[in-house]
Amino acid sequence: MSEFLSLAGQNLLSPIILSFVLGVFAALARSDLNIPEAVAKGMSIYLLFAIGFKGGASVASYGLDLRLGLSLLAGVVLSALLPLIAFALLRVMTNISRLDAAAVAAHYGSISIVTFVAATSVLEGRGIESEGYMVAVAAAMEAPAILSALWLISRGGGEPSKGMDSALMREIMLNGSIVLLVGAFAIGWATGEQGLKEISSFIVNPFKGVLCLFLLDMGLVAGRGLRGGSGVLTRGVLAFGVLMPLVGSVFGLAAGMLLGLSAGGVALMMVLAASASYIAVPAAMRVAVPEANPSLYLTLSLGVTFPFNLTIGIPLYVGIAMAMTGG
Amino acid sequence: MQTHKAKRVEITIENVMESRLTDALRKAGVTGYSILPVLGGSGRSGAWSRSGQVSRAQGMVQVVCIIRPERLDALLDAAFEVVERHIGVVSIVDCDVLRAERF
Repeated sequence: MSEFLSLAGQNLLSPIILSFVLGVFAALARSDLNIPEAVAKGMSIYLLFAIGFKGGASVASYGLDLRLGLSLLAGVVLSALLPLIAFALLRVMTNISRLDAAAVAAHYGSISIVTFVAATSVLEGRGIESEGYMVAVAAAMEAPAILSALWLISRGGGEPSKGMDSALMREIMLNGSIVLLVGAFAIGWATGEQGLKEISSFIVNPFKGVLCLFLLDMGLVAGRGLRGGSGVLTRGVLAFGVLMPLVGSVFGLAAGMLLGLSAGGVALMMVLAASASYIAVPAAMRVAVPEANPSLYLTLSLGVTFPFNLTIGIPLYVGIAMAMTGG
Repeated sequence: MQTHKAKRVEITIENVMESRLTDALRKAGVTGYSILPVLGGSGRSGAWSRSGQVSRAQGMVQVVCIIRPERLDALLDAAFEVVERHIGVVSIVDCDVLRAERF
């Protein structure tokens, strides 16, 4: 318990979290603070490239084992399974429509790469090792949740839009974030420690500073979302936004322990299972299920679950993973 | 100066539907159009702004076509197929262009 409290305290007072809090505060206070769209896009490209490259270089150093394949498989299963649990919880805890519940559920099976990046930063800060291939697991968990949600909709007699076709599948599988993450991972893997050494002054040293600025922007977006979308947050919906990441993290913990991952690997698996998408899945839902309410799923994933994971979730998951693995 | 009658169609649609709309327009023989970013606005779901969007799910674009009046119906049929279930506005105004063969 004291380990968790110490970790939570350190996490809350880290520049990363305080930058996020500043963004939320500025948005709620209606400040005109604004990160230009192109700058935010540039920072997200930088972060994805850096995290993918470092993961690949780490795999090159430590080598491959069967766990990589099994971890990928576990990620896919978790991503497909969690929307079913989220959907059931939403139907019990809230009175939102079946369509909205399925769209929200898709977000909770998929992942938030920024939460993953923040968690790796916390692990690095505490010197906790994790498997480099968890980046690839993150990429594998983006899409299956969308298919589960569409299955839930069709099972209930709903009709996914005519847009749900091969074009949408291609957009989901080859969306920019996945291509960049997997591509950078492959480059890091191919070039190994030497490649990392060559560009470390660019992708290692400035990483935390860029992450701070990016989270400032995320804070602004989350704050604006909360301001504009607070009307959709009923008590039940709000409770779901906090409960579901905890439920997901338990499944992530079980998967990580079964796979025999390191303490850092288990923590990252918990983070992936606990996080909710706000990039890939909302775009897919807008195309496939345009009748679902976007302010509901975006406010929940970005305004409730993302801040929860960032401030309380990550230290909790790391603490539990350390305790369970004896790491 | 001699001018020629044409129709200007403005389709304001979600970012995610842009390529689907332009594909449909091309299939309908509408090969000339411009795509403009929309900075922000306000609608049934409240106000929004382009800055700070983290997802392509949010945000709108405007597709502008200027066509001969006799081709309007084909364009609208193609556009309606795409925008029917989505957020967006389709408006048509009469306009004059200087060159009939090339707008």
